[in-house]
Amino acid sequence: MNMHVSIGGLELKNPVLTASGTFGFGLEFAPYGDLEKLGGFVAKGISLKPREGNPMPRIAETPCGMLNAIGIQNPGVEAFITQALPALKGKDVAVIANLYACDAVEFGKLASVLAAEEGVAALEVNVSCPNVKEGGVAFGQDPAQITKVTESVKRNAGGKHVMVKLSPNVTDIAVCARAAEAGGADSLSLINTLSGMAVDVRTRKPRIANVVAGLSGPAIKPVALRCVHQAVRAVDIPVVGIGGISSAEDALEFILVGAHAVQVGTANFLRPDFSFGLAEAMEKLLIEIGAESLEGFRGSLELPL
Amino acid sequence: MPLRNCRDVKVLNVSPVGTPAAPDEFFELTLEYPDWDGWKPGQFVMVRPASWELDLIWGRPFSICSAGGGTLTLFIQKAGRGTSRLARITPGETVTVWGPLGNSFAVEPDTPTLLLAGGIGIAPFRGYVEHHPAPENLKLFLAHRVPRECYPFDALCERVECASLRERTREDLDAIIETLGGLIREYAAKGGLVLSCGPTPFMRTVQRFAAEHGARAQVSLENRMACGVGACLGCVTKDGDGHHVQVCTKGPVFWADKVEL
Repeated sequence: MNMHVSIGGLELKNPVLTASGTFGFGLEFAPYGDLEKLGGFVAKGISLKPREGNPMPRIAETPCGMLNAIGIQNPGVEAFITQALPALKGKDVAVIANLYACDAVEFGKLASVLAAEEGVAALEVNVSCPNVKEGGVAFGQDPAQITKVTESVKRNAGGKHVMVKLSPNVTDIAVCARAAEAGGADSLSLINTLSGMAVDVRTRKPRIANVVAGLSGPAIKPVALRCVHQAVRAVDIPVVGIGGISSAEDALEFILVGAHAVQVGTANFLRPDFSFGLAEAMEKLLIEIGAESLEGFRGSLELPL
Repeated sequence: MPLRNCRDVKVLNVSPVGTPAAPDEFFELTLEYPDWDGWKPGQFVMVRPASWELDLIWGRPFSICSAGGGTLTLFIQKAGRGTSRLARITPGETVTVWGPLGNSFAVEPDTPTLLLAGGIGIAPFRGYVEHHPAPENLKLFLAHRVPRECYPFDALCERVECASLRERTREDLDAIIETLGGLIREYAAKGGLVLSCGPTPFMRTVQRFAAEHGARAQVSLENRMACGVGACLGCVTKDGDGHHVQVCTKGPVFWADKVEL
């Protein structure tokens, strides 16, 4: 079965991407599988300047999920370009850069630095990271800001595909989806983590130094499916589904509600080779359930009248 | 064969290790060998039983205690949800293992080398002692809270000079600290090497004495981890320059003067 997908000009050999922050810059996972088995991967979020990120502890395991508040620790865009990208050169896999910044101007600058990089297939805009007190969360929850940031990135992206990653921590995801589309987004990816918290009754302390953290993993899949379902009906641009995907069946659920592709996040921690076999498993399952094509199956959810 | 890999292997044996006073806190887990082409003492593995399904998300990191001859042996203390469930695993069950991960302890065959273990921190030293080309240059000191029979201590005593102290009171703790200070001073004076693994307060003490006496010392950290491969940035510690670095890939072993504990 043809698993190729075209997402607003971004050509992927299969619909499996890995989610930002769960797959490093790709090479961390190279010992465990062939990166070329993926449609692509979204690199760890990068900012103009290096960031040390949040204090420890940064992660906590929760029922069927986990909390994280890493705080976009990254070596900065320069190191990404001079160190990570050259190591990936020649690999037949779409490398999607994930952009983090604190205002629209900075987002634009970051986009312009990456616009010239041949090795970058697309830019994903993080308007939703809830971990950094002065940034992401404000953009992601304000439709006007989402439009503004999207415009700024698109204007500076040199024609590169711009994917806007939405936060689920909003009243109406459809409004946010339309705001990104209005700003010129070529596609949407959702959901980012749900805002959450964990505490310890014995030490009487939060389990995460940042106190508030982002929940991911199988626990959030139903929320993610609902958000993707609403977003695909709100916009005309393609949507990439993210949230708790831990099997081929999970991935096809997102395709069924209308997603063009999926991103695997926390499941990369179940085992480091998880994502490499997913596209094949999806294809097998599509055949098994009698779907004629990936495209035909997409969005074929039968809703009650 | 690959340098490191991710494999589903079978559990061969699970043996509780302990005494009537501490019957079920420790266990030795023996797995099928995951087909590595080598490993080094100080390295670790991530282990995740298939039976966890999607309930517990992360694998759990464990020092490699010994490996080879068709088996991989881990020595584990029950400390939380994951290790408690792992203790109930049965032979024949499948676990996913990825490794060998991280760096390793320095091996200098002709250098007098002091191994300082705090409790379960003894685990990587079993492999270290077994692999060392000149065990007569090694000395192991174990500081522990539960009875010594709970640790793989006696087996090590057959190969290297060993000493231990048990902590039950504040005075015991003072005696342990004094012993650590004396040993580290002695090894610093003869140009030796000090390797340590144990709880953070234990390693802070080692770090402090190493700095005070000018000893070359390494510490092995056991931070909580999600991925084990350097990607999630959940296990970081601060290096000597104050920058966050991954314990899983830049460690778990650090020179004591190049890490903030």
